[in-house]
Amino acid sequence: MNKTRSLLSGFTVAFAILLFTILFGLGNGLLNTFDTAFVDDAANSIFINSGQTSKASNGLQAGRQIQFENKDQEWIEEEFGDKVQYITSRIYLNVTATFRNEKSSYSVRAVNPDHQYLENTKVNYGRYINESDIKNKTKVVVIGRLVEEDLFLKTTAIGKYINLNGIQYKVVGVFSDDGGDREERLIYMPVTTAQQIYGNNQHIDQINLTYNPDLNFDAAISFSNMLTRKLKDRFLVSQNDQRAIRVRNLANDSKAIGQMTLGINIMILVIGFGTLIAGVVGISNMMIFIVKERTKEIGIRKALGASPKSIVSIILLESVLITVIAGFVGLVIGMGVVELAAPSLETYFIKEAGVETSIIIGATIVLIIAGAIAGYLPAKKASRIKPIVALRDD
Amino acid sequence: MLKINKIHKSYPIGDSSLHVLKGIDLSVEAGEMVAIMGSSGSGKSTLLNIIGMLDEADEGDYILDNVPIKNLTEKKAAIYRNKFLGFIFQSFNLINYKNALDNVALPLYYQGLKRKERIEKGLYHLEKVGLKNWAHHLPNELSGGQKQRVAIARALAANPKLLLADEPTGALDTKTSHEIMDFIQSLNDEGKTILMVTHEEDIAQMCKRIVRLKDGVIIEDVFVEQVRASQYV
Ligand SMILES: Nc1ncnc2c1ncn2[C@@H]1O[C@H](COP(=O)(O)OP(=O)(O)OP(=O)(O)O)[C@@H](O)[C@H]1O
Ligand SMILES: [Mg+2]
Repeated sequence: MNKTRSLLSGFTVAFAILLFTILFGLGNGLLNTFDTAFVDDAANSIFINSGQTSKASNGLQAGRQIQFENKDQEWIEEEFGDKVQYITSRIYLNVTATFRNEKSSYSVRAVNPDHQYLENTKVNYGRYINESDIKNKTKVVVIGRLVEEDLFLKTTAIGKYINLNGIQYKVVGVFSDDGGDREERLIYMPVTTAQQIYGNNQHIDQINLTYNPDLNFDAAISFSNMLTRKLKDRFLVSQNDQRAIRVRNLANDSKAIGQMTLGINIMILVIGFGTLIAGVVGISNMMIFIVKERTKEIGIRKALGASPKSIVSIILLESVLITVIAGFVGLVIGMGVVELAAPSLETYFIKEAGVETSIIIGATIVLIIAGAIAGYLPAKKASRIKPIVALRDD
Repeated sequence: MLKINKIHKSYPIGDSSLHVLKGIDLSVEAGEMVAIMGSSGSGKSTLLNIIGMLDEADEGDYILDNVPIKNLTEKKAAIYRNKFLGFIFQSFNLINYKNALDNVALPLYYQGLKRKERIEKGLYHLEKVGLKNWAHHLPNELSGGQKQRVAIARALAANPKLLLADEPTGALDTKTSHEIMDFIQSLNDEGKTILMVTHEEDIAQMCKRIVRLKDGVIIEDVFVEQVRASQYV
């Protein structure tokens, strides 16, 4: 057995797996980037915004401002009750918040209780906005983890009063959010409270909802199309007006992401498989060489009573062993490279590049199969060696 | 023990073919010790290889221990070789990365014996050839005579009915040759049937019967008074 040669022949496979691992790690990172860009919102979200009309319709001129109010949200709930899972209004405000000597500017979202589920908000302690807050227009806020850190320093904010633009609100909850720092520097308050204090009206800036998760992609799209059409009729807006009422369905986005994910995965698989096949061919060639080198030994074994099967298994075993060892070398080096490179890749929108354990198990299985394939023909060839040919004295 | 009848064998050489064995008849009884002699290229090895099932005759019958040897599958041939035959070669043919014990135990592995039993039997046969203390040495650490004794131990390990030796002393000096012949004679004394190819007259005289080949036919087949090798050792 020539160990050096075996090692050398393993190089191609090692390289193939190395390449695959690095590609896979990078691809994973890319997908993570897409993922985190959207984890913030539930995948079945629909956002409804209003603006100025861009077309004249129903005898009304273009340039009319469309303004949603509480009754519009209630109308959606009545009209599409069975299709809507969660629904909330949103009003955006900017405030200066103070607590004792700490002072800073924040964005406020005035919302309904359902907003928690739409945004995947995690309440760390205390509670979220509830229905009784909405009904009683209570002056309470739920603040982001970083707001608490900024203003309350090391102490707990729950139960304390925070001053927003001169009005005192009681902090009833602190939340965290996977959407990043920006999301954790938000303040939530009941939508009705904001309407009373900052305008004394029923205006809302945006309506967010999630559709029933039982709806499939096509049903979800037709639901949002229907919603758009009926809203436009309700506000006497032309069906061709793309500005006055805008409905964005994340299902469209997630479909695109799904396709992109699939594309990237297929590409990685194709490249990985291509290199692996090259590796298999390399090993197969080397195994033929090894069989040639071991011809005499095989002849001796046959003269001593080795069955063709046992000869096949000797060669197959060696092939699988070389392939698996080489593959693991490639895997370990590849994982090392990805691990080292991961932090500096974040700049290129590749987030948490990495390789999971399931891949290692998968790779082992693939390598064993690859080794068996690489060794099969040489092993067959070895088993057909005639002992007389092998033993002839040179 | 074995009986061959009108064996023919040709080798293709380019477009023509070389007729090496031209109708060989030979029968050997259990306990015999036969030397096959002849000039180089006369077909001695070819005959021995056919008897050893390493090669197949083109024509003729071959019966070994009442079993007709014909159209064997590779698998069947492997089983018969393992059960019936022990081989000793001029160039020893030990596996060079396995130590003496592992070489001797290899036929036992193909018999399906457990490791413990293989080691036990292997050591027993190594002891028989006087090399128990060399069990864990690799072939390249042994002298020619020692290598051949390991090879003999290996040939004996599976307890074959028939021992086939192709010029077993061909690579050894006279003194070592005599030691090996002494040992082979003692095996024959114990009842083992032995067929050996040689072109050395004095080695042939140490057998009990001499078969001479020429141009693919047997020209002489005589029983001789066995010369004991022990007197030269
Ligand atoms: N596989 C083969 N293909 C072609 N010719 C062969 C083959 N094997 C043997 N021969 C030829 O057949 C003839 C007999 O060969 P064999 O090996 O039986 O001779 P031998 O009597 O053992 O000779 P030596 O004393 O040199 O060992 C030789 O001429 C040899 O060249
Ligand atoms: Mg010969």
